[in-house]
Amino acid sequence: MQAAASSKPAENRVVLAHIYTATVAVCLGAVFGVLQGFSRAGAIDAPAWFDYYRMLTAHGVLMALVFTTFFITGFSLFAVYRTIPRPGRRVAVGWIGWWTMLIGTVMAAVTILSGNATVLYTFYAPLKASPAFYLGATLLVLGTWVVAFEIFENAHYYRRGNPGQPLPLPVFMAAATFLMWIIATLGVVAEMALLIPWSFGWTPGVNVMLTRMFFWYFGHPLVYFWIMGAYIVWYTVIPTRYNGNVFSDGLARLTFLMLLILSTPVGIHHEFTEPGISSQWKLVFMVLTYGVAIPSFLTAFAIFASFETAAIKQGKRGFIATVRSLPWNDPFFSGAAYGMLLFILGGFGGMVNASYSMDTLVHNTIWIVGHFHATVGGPVALTFMGTTYWLIPRLTGRELWGRGVALWQTRLWFIGMLVMSLSMHYAGLLGAPRRTASVAYAGTAAAQSWEPSMLLAAAGGGILFISICCFAAVAIGTLFKNEKTHDTAAEFAVAAPGSERAPAAFEHLFRWGAVAIVLAVLAYSGPFAELIRSHAFLAPGMRTW
Amino acid sequence: MHIHRYERWWMIFGVTMLVVFMATIFIAAFAANINPPTGSQTIDPTKVSSTPPFDHPGLHRRSDGSYEAYYVASVFMFTPSKLEVPLGANVTFYVTSSDVVHGFEIAKTDVNAMAIPGWVNRASHTFSTPGTYLLICNEYCGIGHQNMYGTIEVK
Repeated sequence: MQAAASSKPAENRVVLAHIYTATVAVCLGAVFGVLQGFSRAGAIDAPAWFDYYRMLTAHGVLMALVFTTFFITGFSLFAVYRTIPRPGRRVAVGWIGWWTMLIGTVMAAVTILSGNATVLYTFYAPLKASPAFYLGATLLVLGTWVVAFEIFENAHYYRRGNPGQPLPLPVFMAAATFLMWIIATLGVVAEMALLIPWSFGWTPGVNVMLTRMFFWYFGHPLVYFWIMGAYIVWYTVIPTRYNGNVFSDGLARLTFLMLLILSTPVGIHHEFTEPGISSQWKLVFMVLTYGVAIPSFLTAFAIFASFETAAIKQGKRGFIATVRSLPWNDPFFSGAAYGMLLFILGGFGGMVNASYSMDTLVHNTIWIVGHFHATVGGPVALTFMGTTYWLIPRLTGRELWGRGVALWQTRLWFIGMLVMSLSMHYAGLLGAPRRTASVAYAGTAAAQSWEPSMLLAAAGGGILFISICCFAAVAIGTLFKNEKTHDTAAEFAVAAPGSERAPAAFEHLFRWGAVAIVLAVLAYSGPFAELIRSHAFLAPGMRTW
Repeated sequence: MHIHRYERWWMIFGVTMLVVFMATIFIAAFAANINPPTGSQTIDPTKVSSTPPFDHPGLHRRSDGSYEAYYVASVFMFTPSKLEVPLGANVTFYVTSSDVVHGFEIAKTDVNAMAIPGWVNRASHTFSTPGTYLLICNEYCGIGHQNMYGTIEVK
């Protein structure tokens, strides 16, 4: 295990600010989520103040954009601060990032809750929200760039002090993640450059397909941003829970380089059923999307190989002995491990969605919602919640209150998500649409076949809600109980002593970033040129809610 | 860099699986012509109701015996809202939107296309089973989105 640097209060405070913001976002988002599930299934009469689409927008933005982003920025800063000791480190940049992200979030959230941005978290034009929504979302993104700068700057500091040494693995991974993120978010910033003047009324309309291409250029790498955040934890922290090692340092770095390069040129698989993009480009993007499955295969192998090597070290052999050797009663481990199990469902569902023609069967059905709840809502959310249990004592010096509650939180989340996600997958195959307040459709036969699954999905949502209440209870309990712990050192796993070092070429992250940009430009230049050449009409903005 | 033997096997297995999946899709696309909807024609979204053929939405029979159906999606309705299709007809749907983005899904068929303001999308289906089909908007379009549906009667 890597020598752990001591805890520094100034560093801890800025990390805590990010992690607490993520915690508040996930709890609020879950309240909106459970109300939607029940009202959509027709299980409750929603209260009069409940506006389904407004709450759906809030749920999506809080969960997919706010919770995940603040957690990843916070955890990445934590990993950097604790693996690169730096006397007299200033954390002002981390704070500037947090404040920028927070101001953006508050602007967007207030606009959504006041009913001026009921455009869902994909904000498809020509639905036109108030400018404050787009400005807020842009600030949230720009704040992450500030955090990215802090990560790169610290990596640079490490390299100067340790010439010829590879970056510590968590720092390497965080830097690769944020490099990918910057390349990807250029898409949403380009889209905002079209949408912001338009929302102010300075331009008469937008080229709808162009905004969609920009959005999905960003929208799919966004999911890899979440996944990479979870992978950093799986590779570098989870093994410390069972005295394990990183299975292969080189392959771990290779996985992140592949994710850096392959995550961006994939977005058009979200646009398979759209006009304006020809079939051959859609096929090309299917092939590219399949390519990004490879680093996930590598990860699956590495994780299980790490489990097994640790079990063998304890003299345990075979599948069952390996599984039983793992610390299932540790809420951090169980959160991440149940997340990994859900990712098997999420990963294979993703292969279906990425499949050019098969996607037509599931596109915009609730299958897709089932899919991303088995990815971002499962592996990512469970890993982040589990990691929060690990982080809070290390950041506050307080003992975690209610370990049993925390453990059951992860179990209930797994069960609830499995029930909800599977029912959504099934209803989607029967054609039930996503993003709708009701699937009644005047009682037609097709619609009636969807209702039982919707009730089951709502039941799963109910279990998830109990789980999030447990999560909030542990967070609040820890704050109020205020019992001191000495367990504030953060250890990160490394490869077994004496194992081979990764090729030196892996360390040139910015060069790999340049490769990623070239590939993204090559992939998108064809469909982009097609759109630009077509005689596109501008669509005026509209407020249909 | 050393790669463990099992890991090599696992990678070969994974990549082979991807290749098989892709080959299936490519064969379906090129040999059986199974493709998702697409279309390259553009249209002024503010003038849909006066632009042919969308000035006469509905079902039209072509000289070769197949059918074309022109649909306009708008908040919160499809025009036409009801369509009658003869049993066994092969229908090519042409769909556009006169306001925001909508979806065009005929439940329990493989027709699932985005209706984008400014573009015309195209999808085909052969109706070989009689009955009432539910046509729904499957992309959020506003406060009345859940009420946006139509029916297709096949007899």
